[in-house]
Amino acid sequence: MTRSMRPKRGLKLPDSELAVHNLRHHFADLEQQSATAKFGMWIFLVTEIMFFGGLFASYLIYRLSYYNAWVAGSQTMEIKYGTANTAVLICSSLTMVMAVHWSKLGSRKLTALFLILTLVLGIVFLGVKAVEYHEHWVHHEVPGPNFHFEHTGNYDPRHVSIFFSLYFAMTGMHALHMVIGAGLLTWLLIANGLGRFSPEYNSPVELVGLYWHFVDIIWIYLFPLLYLISHHHPGG
Amino acid sequence: MNEHAHPSVKTFVAVWATLLVLTALTVFAATLELGPFNAIVALSIATIKAVLVLLFFMELRYSTALTKVAVVSAIFFLMLLVGLSLADYLTRGWSSYINPFR
Repeated sequence: MTRSMRPKRGLKLPDSELAVHNLRHHFADLEQQSATAKFGMWIFLVTEIMFFGGLFASYLIYRLSYYNAWVAGSQTMEIKYGTANTAVLICSSLTMVMAVHWSKLGSRKLTALFLILTLVLGIVFLGVKAVEYHEHWVHHEVPGPNFHFEHTGNYDPRHVSIFFSLYFAMTGMHALHMVIGAGLLTWLLIANGLGRFSPEYNSPVELVGLYWHFVDIIWIYLFPLLYLISHHHPGG
Repeated sequence: MNEHAHPSVKTFVAVWATLLVLTALTVFAATLELGPFNAIVALSIATIKAVLVLLFFMELRYSTALTKVAVVSAIFFLMLLVGLSLADYLTRGWSSYINPFR
């Protein structure tokens, strides 16, 4: 089946025919096609784990090397923002699985509803992050010529600047993934509205779901590492 | 498609509630004075949360063996990356013993 034989925009087809139109010629059946697509997504996520793994490893090495500066930097983090964002992301993961669930059962309306909820929660997360970034900027905590850290302990304030560099690199990369996720959700909403998905063919929804949950897992680790683990250590 | 092999809405809601409870727990644990255990507790709770998301939300529990192998190998290589890097940095102080090349 070539791409040109797939249904044209706005053309209504019964679910079974739509499914046949979505089967690419090099797959035996839709089940094999969907399993292959899912495995491909997992392989992509494995590369993403290694990518973020490099950032996590550098964070841990610098934390052990410049422990006092790290504690001082980490204690400036507002736990309330981190907690709120963690809750927002967990809720968005629930709405995402619900979207996948309803697309499998063939309800376009409920799929759309849960996709919109996921998108809104993703935007709320980015909004909270923007407020947080703004506060860091106002408090001169952004590395660069304006960086200034009132240090009271036995550490070099330039090492606190390294903490903030990694903080911005890690949360920034995470936020970029969220922005891409929001774009993917918008695309899914349009395709769902055009009736492109059916109980037989809904791989795009499932794959974006996998991506969204992966981004949630990254945050699940960023939250304790950046906000929590240094909260109760006296800066030396 | 085997519909029975997929978790129900009830499971999703239960996992979601557990994740929120664990988040509250980890924030509470951060306010306690636990010394080195602050980090251990926080990262253990994070790992439980990540595993819940992997198994149920990402349906790894119901995935093919091939997918499970891919994920386990990713975790293995991540541990190599972090473990061997830390093994280097954490032992650099040891070089102050008698060094014939100094």
